[in-house]
Amino acid sequence: MCDLMMMSSSDSNSDSEEEESLSEGEMAQLLEEVEEKKKLIATIRNKPWRMKRRLVDLKEAQEFVDKFEGALGKGKGRKWFAYKVMMKKKWIKFQRDFENFRTACIPWERKIKDVESHFGSSVASYFIFLRWMYGMNLVLFGFTFGLVVIPEVLMGLPYGSIPRKTVPTPDQDTAQDYSVLMDFNGYCKYSVLFYGYYNNQRTIGLLKFRLPLSYLMVGIGTFGYSLMVVIRTMAKNADVGGGDGDEGEFTFAWKMFTSWDYLIGNSETADNKYASITTSFKESIVDEQENQKDENIHLRRFLRVMANFLITCSLGGSGYLIYFVVKRSQEFANRTDLSWYEKNELELIMSLLGLVCPPLFETIAELEDYHPRIALKWQLGRIFALFLGNLYTFLFALFDEVNTKLEQEDSIKNASIWAMKEYYANYTLMLNGTDSPIPPMDPGDVIRGPCWETAVGIEFVKLTVSDIQVSYLTILIGDFARAVIVRFLNYCWCWDLEAGFPSYGEFDISGNVLGLVFNQGMIWMGAFYAPGLVGINVLRLLSSMYYQCWAVMATNVPHERVFKASKSNNFYMGLLLLILFLSLLPVVFTIMTLPPSFDCGPFSGKVKMFDVIMETIDLDLPAFLGTLFSYAANPGLIIPAVLLMVLAIYYLNSVSEAYQHANMELKKKMQMTRDEEKNRRNNTDSTNQVMKDLEDLLPNRSLMPPAPPPQPVKKPEPEAKPTKTRPGTAGKGVNLQRDVTLASPNPNARGPVSRPPGPRGHGPPPGAGPGRGRGRGRGAPPR
Amino acid sequence: MGTTASQLGKDLLSEYQELTFLTKQEILLAHKRFAELLTKDEKDLPNTRLPMERILTLPELKSNPFRRRICLVFSTSQHKDGSLTFEDFLDLLSAFSDSATMEIKSHYAFRIFDFDDDGTLDYGDLERLVNCLTGETDDTRLTDEEMRQLISNILEESDIDKDGTVNLSEFQHVISRSPDFVSSFKIVL
Repeated sequence: MCDLMMMSSSDSNSDSEEEESLSEGEMAQLLEEVEEKKKLIATIRNKPWRMKRRLVDLKEAQEFVDKFEGALGKGKGRKWFAYKVMMKKKWIKFQRDFENFRTACIPWERKIKDVESHFGSSVASYFIFLRWMYGMNLVLFGFTFGLVVIPEVLMGLPYGSIPRKTVPTPDQDTAQDYSVLMDFNGYCKYSVLFYGYYNNQRTIGLLKFRLPLSYLMVGIGTFGYSLMVVIRTMAKNADVGGGDGDEGEFTFAWKMFTSWDYLIGNSETADNKYASITTSFKESIVDEQENQKDENIHLRRFLRVMANFLITCSLGGSGYLIYFVVKRSQEFANRTDLSWYEKNELELIMSLLGLVCPPLFETIAELEDYHPRIALKWQLGRIFALFLGNLYTFLFALFDEVNTKLEQEDSIKNASIWAMKEYYANYTLMLNGTDSPIPPMDPGDVIRGPCWETAVGIEFVKLTVSDIQVSYLTILIGDFARAVIVRFLNYCWCWDLEAGFPSYGEFDISGNVLGLVFNQGMIWMGAFYAPGLVGINVLRLLSSMYYQCWAVMATNVPHERVFKASKSNNFYMGLLLLILFLSLLPVVFTIMTLPPSFDCGPFSGKVKMFDVIMETIDLDLPAFLGTLFSYAANPGLIIPAVLLMVLAIYYLNSVSEAYQHANMELKKKMQMTRDEEKNRRNNTDSTNQVMKDLEDLLPNRSLMPPAPPPQPVKKPEPEAKPTKTRPGTAGKGVNLQRDVTLASPNPNARGPVSRPPGPRGHGPPPGAGPGRGRGRGRGAPPR
Repeated sequence: MGTTASQLGKDLLSEYQELTFLTKQEILLAHKRFAELLTKDEKDLPNTRLPMERILTLPELKSNPFRRRICLVFSTSQHKDGSLTFEDFLDLLSAFSDSATMEIKSHYAFRIFDFDDDGTLDYGDLERLVNCLTGETDDTRLTDEEMRQLISNILEESDIDKDGTVNLSEFQHVISRSPDFVSSFKIVL
C-alpha cells in the first residue's frame, strides 16, 4: 500500500495533463485501491476498533477516495456518480427507518415481554403464537370483508327486497327474540353473516363487480394464503432453530451466553430473570441426568400397553358419544319444544369432551413413566387424535344432514317452479301476451328451500361460539375461582392450600395451543359457508389475548419443570399445516360435488359451484384464454407437472441430507486434527491408529527428534485477535506443517545424532509430566 | 476529538454516523443523556471522562449483571478504571444497537464474559459468569456440584479443541447458531 501512496502522491504533484497519461495498468490499480478504500468506509463500523483509530482511518480513506475518484471519472460523470452515492445512502437510511417503524408497530410487545419475564419463554411462546394467528386472521378478515361483504352491502340489493334476504312471514314475529338470535336464526340467519344472504347476480353495481366469482375466489384464496403463511413461517423457524434434529446442540452454552436480556431495566424484572435462569440451569442439569436410569423393562412394557389400550378405548368412546348425540339432534330437528340444553346439546358435548379427556389422558399416562419431554409428545398426539376424531365425526354427521336437506330441496324446488309456471300461465291467460312481471308477492311469503349451506354455516358458528364460551368459563372457574379460593380460604383451612392440594394452577401450554389450532381448523372449514365467522374469530382472538394475559399474570404460577415439545415452534406449525389440509378437504369436496341450493347464495341456479369460473372465462375473458385454460387443464399436462414437483422435492431432500452429512464430517475432522496436535505436544505417542501405522513405516524412526521443545509462540497469537477464519482451517494449516516436519525428518538439518539428547533445559521441569497441558492462553510455558 | 460542548458539530455528527450503527437521532439522544450526567464545570471541558459510578446510574445499565464488565471493556482509559468518554459511550451504544452485526456483538460479548482478560473463557471465567447470571442472593446460587456439572456440560458443547477453555472462534461458532442472541444483546436508550 505504501508504494501506491507514493505513486499517488507523485501523481498529485503533477498537473491535470498527467491524468490522461495514466496507463491502463495504473488506472486499474488505482481503481482497485479506490474500491478497497470505499469498502473500508462502508464496513468501518463493523470493525471492533476504538473510535479514535476508526476516525483516523475514516478520514484517510475519505481523502483518498475524494482525491482520486475524480481522476477516474470525467467531469460530468462525477456529478452523476455523486448523485448515485447520495441516493444509495438515502435508500439505506430509509430502509433502516422503515424497519424501525415496522418493529414499533407490532402490538402487545410489552405485554408479552411481561409474561416472558415472569413465566419464561415457553408460556410466552403461546402468546406469540396467538398473536401470529391474530395477524393471519386479520388478513383473512380483510379479504372476506373487503371483497365479499362490503360489495354485497353497498352495491347489492338491500334487506327485504328478495326472498333470500327476508325473514319468512311466519317467523317474523319471533325474529328479534334474544333466544332466536342466540341460535343464529331470525335476523341473524338472513344477514351477511351467512351464505344464504348473497345474491347470485352476475355483476352488481356500477363497477360491475362480479360477486359470485369473488366469493369463490376468496374462499379458495383463504386456504391459499393460509398455506403460504404457514409454510413461510415453518421455513423461517427451521432456518433459525435448526429444526428438531439439533435438539441437543449447544443447550447449555446458549443458556449461559444468550439467556440474559439486556433490555431489562427494572430491578424486579431482573430478579425474576435471575430466578428463571437459575431454574432453567437446574432443570437442564437434571434433564441430562434423567437419561441415566435403569428399571424393570417388562413391567414398564406391560403398563405402557395397558395405558395405550385404555386411551384407545376412551377415544373410541368419545367418537361414539358424538355420533349418538348428532343422531339425537337430527331427531330434535323435527320437534319444536326443545329446552336450551337439548338445542345446544351437540356443541356442549363436544366442548366438554375436549375439556375432560386431556386430563384423563394425562392421568392414564402416569402409568407409562416416560421422560417428561417424550410424555408431552405422546400427550399432544393423543389430544390431537381426540380432537380430530371429534371433528370428523361431527362432519360426517353434518354430511348426513346435508343430504337430507338436499332431498327436501328437490321437492320444494319442484313445488315452487310449478307454482311459478302456474302464475305465468294464468297471467298470460288473463292479459293476453304482455310480458309478465315478477309475481307481486311479498318476499316473506315465497316458498323457501332448506338452504343447506346456511345450515352448515350456522352449525359451525354455533360450535365456535360454544367453544369460546366453554374456554372462557374454564379459565374463570378453573383458574380464577381456584386462585381466589386458595388465597382466601387458606386463612381458615386445615392444611396449607397454597402448597398442598389445589394450590395455584399452572398455565397449560399444550392444551391451549392445541385448542387454538383446532379452533382455526373449524374457522377454515366454516368460513366458506359463513363469511362472518372470520370476523367472529378475530374478535375472539383479540379478547382472548387480553383475557388470557390477565389470567396468567393474576392466577397462574410459573411451571416447576419446563419442557418444550420441541426447540422450535415447528411442531405446532406442523400441526397447523395438517389441520389446514384436513379442513381443506371437506370444503373442496362440497364445492366440487354437491349442487348449490336453488334459491339462496351466490351460486344459486348453477349446476355446480365452480361453474362460475367457467362462466367468467366464457363471457369475460378473451377467447384465446379460454382455449389456453382448456389445454392447461388437460390431464396429460398436469400429471407430468406433478411428477416434476415430486422429483424436485426428492432432489432437494437428498441435497439437504448431503449437506448435513458433510457438516458432521467436517466437525469430526476438526476434532481429530486438534486431538492429534494436542497429543503431539504432550507426548510423542500418537493415539490415532492411522498416524501410529504411518510412524511405524518411517525408515528413520530413531532420527525423530525428542519431545518438541516448547514453541508456544505459534499458538496463542492467532487466537487472541478476532479472526473470521474458521477454527478448523487455522488448525489444519499448523498441523500440516508439523506433519511434514515429522514425516520426513531431514537428518542434515539437525546434524547427526552423535550426542545424547541435551539436558532438557527447554523441556518441562522434571516431575511436571505431560499432564501440564499447554492449553492456549495459559501464559508462558514452563521454563 | 469528541466534544462535550452543548452542541455536537455537524461534521462530527455525520462522521459518527459513518462510524457507528447509530442513527442521527440516537447519537443526539446519547449526547443529551451523556451531558445530563456531567456536572456544571465538566460541561465546558472537551473530552470529559465520566467515572464508572456515574455511568452505572443510567437506568439501562443499573440492573444489568454485567454492567461493570461492560464499562471496563468499552473504556479507553489508561488506568483501566472503567471510565468512559463520549466516544466510548457511542462505541458502547453502537455495539449494543439493533443494527450491529453478529460479529461485532459476539466479539464484544466475548470480551465482556472474559472476566480475567486473558483472551479465553476458562473455568474461572465461566464460574463467575454463572454466578452473575444467578443473582447475588444465596438461595439462587447453584451448589458447587451443580456448578461443576454445568460448566463441564458447557465445555463439552462448545470446546471443540478440548483444551478446557473457550476461545473467540469457538465462542463465535456457538453464538452464531443461537436464534435469540442478537435480539437479547441489545441496549436502547
